[in-house]
Amino acid sequence: MDRLIQPAMFAQPFMQNALLTGSMAAGLAGVVGFFIVLRGVSFAAHALGQIGFAGAAGAVLIGVAPLWGLVVFALGGAFALGALGVREQERDATTALVLVAALGLGALFIALNPVYATEAFALLFGTIVGVSRDQVWQTGLLALGCVAGLAVLYRPLLLATVNAETAEARGVPVRLVGILFLVVVGIAAAVTIPTVGTLLIFSLMVGPAGAASSLTSRPAAAMGLAVGLSLLATWVGLIVAYDTGWPIGFIISAAVTALYLGARLVGPRLPRRRLAQAWNSGA
Amino acid sequence: MPILDHDATVLRLDRVTLQLGGREVLREVSLDLRAGEFVGLIGANGAGKTTLLRVILGLLRPGSGTVEVLGRPLRRGNRAVGYVPQKQQLDPDTPLRGRDLVGLGIDGHRWGVPFPSAKRRARIEEALRAVDAAHYADAPVGRLSGGEQQRLLIAQALLAEPKILLLDEPLANLDIRSANEVVRLVARIGRERGVSVLLVAHDMNPLMEVMDTVVYLAEGRAAVGPVAEVVRTEVLSRLYGYPVDVLHVRGRILVLGGSEVLMGGHADHEVHAHG
Amino acid sequence: MADWVRQYLFSPDMFSNDQVTGALLAGGVVAAVSAVLGYFVVLRGLSFIGHAVTDIGFTGGAGASLLGLNALWGLATFCVAAALGVGALGNRARERDVATGVILALALGIGAMFLYINTRYVSAPFTLLFGSIFEVDPDTTRVMAWVGLLCLAVLAFLYRPLLFCSLAPETAEARGVPVRLISTVFLVCMAVAVAEAAQVVGVLLSTALLIGPPATAAYLVARPGLGIAIAAAIGVLETWLGIDLSYVSYNWPPSGKGWPVSFFITSLALGFYVVARLLRPAFRQRMGAAPTRIRAA
Repeated sequence: MDRLIQPAMFAQPFMQNALLTGSMAAGLAGVVGFFIVLRGVSFAAHALGQIGFAGAAGAVLIGVAPLWGLVVFALGGAFALGALGVREQERDATTALVLVAALGLGALFIALNPVYATEAFALLFGTIVGVSRDQVWQTGLLALGCVAGLAVLYRPLLLATVNAETAEARGVPVRLVGILFLVVVGIAAAVTIPTVGTLLIFSLMVGPAGAASSLTSRPAAAMGLAVGLSLLATWVGLIVAYDTGWPIGFIISAAVTALYLGARLVGPRLPRRRLAQAWNSGA
Repeated sequence: MPILDHDATVLRLDRVTLQLGGREVLREVSLDLRAGEFVGLIGANGAGKTTLLRVILGLLRPGSGTVEVLGRPLRRGNRAVGYVPQKQQLDPDTPLRGRDLVGLGIDGHRWGVPFPSAKRRARIEEALRAVDAAHYADAPVGRLSGGEQQRLLIAQALLAEPKILLLDEPLANLDIRSANEVVRLVARIGRERGVSVLLVAHDMNPLMEVMDTVVYLAEGRAAVGPVAEVVRTEVLSRLYGYPVDVLHVRGRILVLGGSEVLMGGHADHEVHAHG
Repeated sequence: MADWVRQYLFSPDMFSNDQVTGALLAGGVVAAVSAVLGYFVVLRGLSFIGHAVTDIGFTGGAGASLLGLNALWGLATFCVAAALGVGALGNRARERDVATGVILALALGIGAMFLYINTRYVSAPFTLLFGSIFEVDPDTTRVMAWVGLLCLAVLAFLYRPLLFCSLAPETAEARGVPVRLISTVFLVCMAVAVAEAAQVVGVLLSTALLIGPPATAAYLVARPGLGIAIAAAIGVLETWLGIDLSYVSYNWPPSGKGWPVSFFITSLALGFYVVARLLRPAFRQRMGAAPTRIRAA
């Protein structure tokens, strides 16, 4: 372990910042991912990342910090996806069209201002350098906000996802809840992007939660496991990126894939006990 | 067993008419549901059953006519009306156990995170026992059979302590034994808790033992009353608007229109694409 | 024709431009083939896979050009491999959704590695992204047309069982239709067509033309046959409009630069779709509902 994890790494301020923001991003991705997988909106998560990227390009065009453009487009995209794609049948098609339209806009922005190319790589695939202490605070606040938002949404979102008709009958504003959820995903994407890159945020959101649901059927455990796996993948990514200089997005997506496939293989072999007495029922 | 005023009306529809997409889906439908009654809402696919359910739930407003629940005009989300939806095709890996699904019935519609308490657990256990689902409470919901999932959904609806239980096609795609089990379970619960039941089905035969009244829907119009009065050739022919025959074949009731079985055949295996 | 129309909207002298006519022809072929295949992609809920396949193919193309190989072969093989891989990893909707996401993320991550390792600048990956519709030569168009025709022929052969499987999968299986096999063949067909499309119009537009026109058509008409025809018509219309607008955009500010054709076509794809959805209630009453997928409860 001595060569893999160099202790000097933790003394470096940029690495500390990267570890902090990365961990917060990973934790948030795990929590958000639980619902993304439950609702079957992995495509939307992927799309929001790329839509955000187009926004960043637009921001550069008008001389504003890319993060603002990213957030604006991610939020706008979340609204568009939530408003347009309600029924399961039309959801993925709508997501595809909004996504390519946003990317088309991005193509326009880049065509009008080609200076963006170098920053683009970092925004697309993530970077561990260049995270300032201020950004750590920003990330922390936003992440906390997202978790708080999800906590408020938890019950009606769960009911609306699993029993949409019952939710409607009980007076839950199903459509609004869906849109609010996507907005949280959009903000979470904006938080996660600086670490992992726009193209790969959804790997932290989708993979660990997908793996978790193969391993357990208790919702609290599934969410906890998603967070744990997400953190694991991120730390592996940060450490290997530090050692080798490879793009962190690649390492994380590789780690996530390994975890997901592992869970898919191991999951069916776990005993799923059906007797009430065998389990300690939790919340 | 609770003492019921059997003359009290819990649900009243008065000449409800509703148009959807230019078509009159419900025409002057009237019905009185009394306390503790078991009513079967029978009709073929597309006859307007689901629409009528949505009107009773307050999700659709009728073009004309009134709906009253417990003597008061209808409001969406009325806790007196419990809804048991059709079972859904859930992914086997859905991270929810049986008890989690049932637990949503307590407070799933409120914002925030559920607070785990002994009282909450006890209520869920009680509901699970009432529907005889305690032995698979911890199983993943996605791996349960249709009948098992249906019972969980009933438990979920019961937790709101409704006065009326609406069941949307609970018998669809169930084998005969499971269907009979569900019917007997629902009837028992209705009796034990003094809950009125409105069960939607396209075949009334499984309900014959327990049904007090039938609401027979055809062409948007409803004929309401005891089975013996309503399910007759003359009455149904008037309802359908063309001659139909009511046959009693080996203990089953069949309604035939020409060569087509309008009610009583096993129609669930044919799937139609329709709007 | 008014001067401002000629300057900013539509200029007939573009037809004397070889590049433009080449683009119109190639684009038209791509649009028609994509729309027909896309009808089933949308019907079967494969939009995510359809898009993911192009992104994964892009990685393959980037990788291939890095190794000095023809980017198009990398693109094509990765597209087909992706389609087969996702198809193998899950046939249940939720499973497939997550599996697609994970595989896509992996492929993009590998793409990141390719770009990182790449020391010299290779233009091929970027052309793959946005397409080079104005630089298509007639030979490529010819090959593409043949491949497209082949895909359409396979589809024509599969038409009825595929429709059956798409609308009522459990019933089809019960009747003995080889659902799994048809699903796989369709995925490969889609991957090949999409790879061909991406070669000309780029990865971005191949998704837009695959999904947009059929999704739009589904809101306008109910019958599959008519729906497919209308989808193809819409696709070709969007493509030609996009090419036209891209041509005249040289006169738009900032002058002399021209706006990318991918911007126009993707915006038109989304725009037509939204309009169709808004108009839908009016159409629905006259034409009946679009075919919907039935799942046994």
